[in-house]
Amino acid sequence: MFNTALSWSDLAFLAQGAGMTLAVTAVSVAAGTVLGILFGVIRFQVGPYWAAPLTFVLDVFRSVPLLIQLVLGNALQAIMKLGWAPFTTSCVVLSLYTAAYCTEIVRGGIDSVPTNTRRAARSLGMSWFQDMRYIVAPLAVRVSLPSWIGLTLGVMKDSALVLWLGLIELLRASQILVTRLQEPLFILLICGAIYFIISLPIARLGGYLEKRWSPND
Amino acid sequence: MIEIENVRKSFGSLEVLKGINLTVAKGEVVTIIGGSGSGKSTLLTCINGLEPIDSGRIKIDGTEVHARSTDLNKLRQKVGIVFQQWNAFPHLTVLENVMLAPRKVLGLSQEKAEEIAVKQLTHVGLAEKLAVYPNRMSGGQQQRMAIARALAMSPTYMLFDEVTSALDPMLVGEVLDTLRMLASEGMTMICVTHEMKFAREVSDRVAFFHQGVMAEIAPPEQLFDAPQNAETKKFLAATH
Ligand SMILES: Nc1ncnc2c1ncn2[C@@H]1O[C@H](COP(=O)(O)OP(=O)(O)OP(=O)(O)O)[C@@H](O)[C@H]1O
Ligand SMILES: [Mg+2]
Repeated sequence: MFNTALSWSDLAFLAQGAGMTLAVTAVSVAAGTVLGILFGVIRFQVGPYWAAPLTFVLDVFRSVPLLIQLVLGNALQAIMKLGWAPFTTSCVVLSLYTAAYCTEIVRGGIDSVPTNTRRAARSLGMSWFQDMRYIVAPLAVRVSLPSWIGLTLGVMKDSALVLWLGLIELLRASQILVTRLQEPLFILLICGAIYFIISLPIARLGGYLEKRWSPND
Repeated sequence: MIEIENVRKSFGSLEVLKGINLTVAKGEVVTIIGGSGSGKSTLLTCINGLEPIDSGRIKIDGTEVHARSTDLNKLRQKVGIVFQQWNAFPHLTVLENVMLAPRKVLGLSQEKAEEIAVKQLTHVGLAEKLAVYPNRMSGGQQQRMAIARALAMSPTYMLFDEVTSALDPMLVGEVLDTLRMLASEGMTMICVTHEMKFAREVSDRVAFFHQGVMAEIAPPEQLFDAPQNAETKKFLAATH
């Protein structure tokens, strides 16, 4: 079929890179989502005035290119003598980056729940927390899910930038093989296919949940 | 008993309630009529503490609603409220909508909460709709569900804020019938409404609000047939 020098051990090397991409993405999206929910709720609760400092910081994370954030983050942790491994630094920076976007998604989701629906919950004697837990959360999740999936897929691709800190993730692994084997098109094709395959479950999850919820909205 | 004493409330520089006094006794039905922006909805949301007030007092069975020491979540179990729209929890079935608060707020068992929910939904004529999601029902059915949901908490008082004004004319009747039924059962109610015929029928007293002031309050025959206040006369003339 293909006349290629690519060996099984090279494929295993790519798989390892994919593993690193998945690990960085999973940690960052998980931590970024938790932080994003926290910040989003705070932003919604305290109003634009009191949330201004938080909003400012998050805007910085949203507007400065991720590559710069990674490099600066790495320099900062070195200056502060934190002694973080590149993996840790990458995850911390990517988490904050994810959190910055997730905050907006969460705030928008909470915003989408009509005031009277929430008042109805509170007027039945539900506490703020019960309202959040049983009414706001499920409704906001339905509204926010498509954006959140988009964010997750974006972070997965953006995570390639951690190669600048020396992590061998999927893209870096492909680059190494390209340099060695001089078969750029074939290897990048495989690399792209792997990105596609690991993205697929997340993209599908969105479609599945939307379908499951659609009769009730 | 609901006692409203000299309640004032502003949104920013706009004074929406300018010293409201009103006492509603157990079993009484008071309807509030008045022009748009006169403060009717605001008063209802102040009564169950959804909105703070600037001065004055609101007491429910002697408990001051806006006192710091008042447990509002507990107090609200006594005071049901139904709004004009967006009452339904759209992600829950009709039965789940009604069961949620009895389960989570009153801490009732699944069986007990379901028993109460089914009873109330049957009461408002929705026994066939238990497993349906709200968006599959008409506006009138959704409003009746909201009433059943409030009733499932066994409130002493019910507040209704223009519960029919977002409905097609065809559907207004069924909701008003539900309110009539509650009134005839002796429920203490404050209803904000634009339905003058209904107000005349069910009310013990009708209050007319004008620009944040309760301009007039009287039994329906008197308020509708022999209004004293010039603004009331104008309003009634405009609505007929
Ligand atoms: N949350 C709020 N923030 C600022 N202004 C408000 C708020 N709620 C109500 N208002 C204003 O207060 C005034 C009284 O409103 P309210 O809803 O009590 O009137 P209403 O008598 O119920 O009118 P309608 O018949 O149109 O429902 C209006 O001018 C309204 O714009
Ligand atoms: Mg109103």
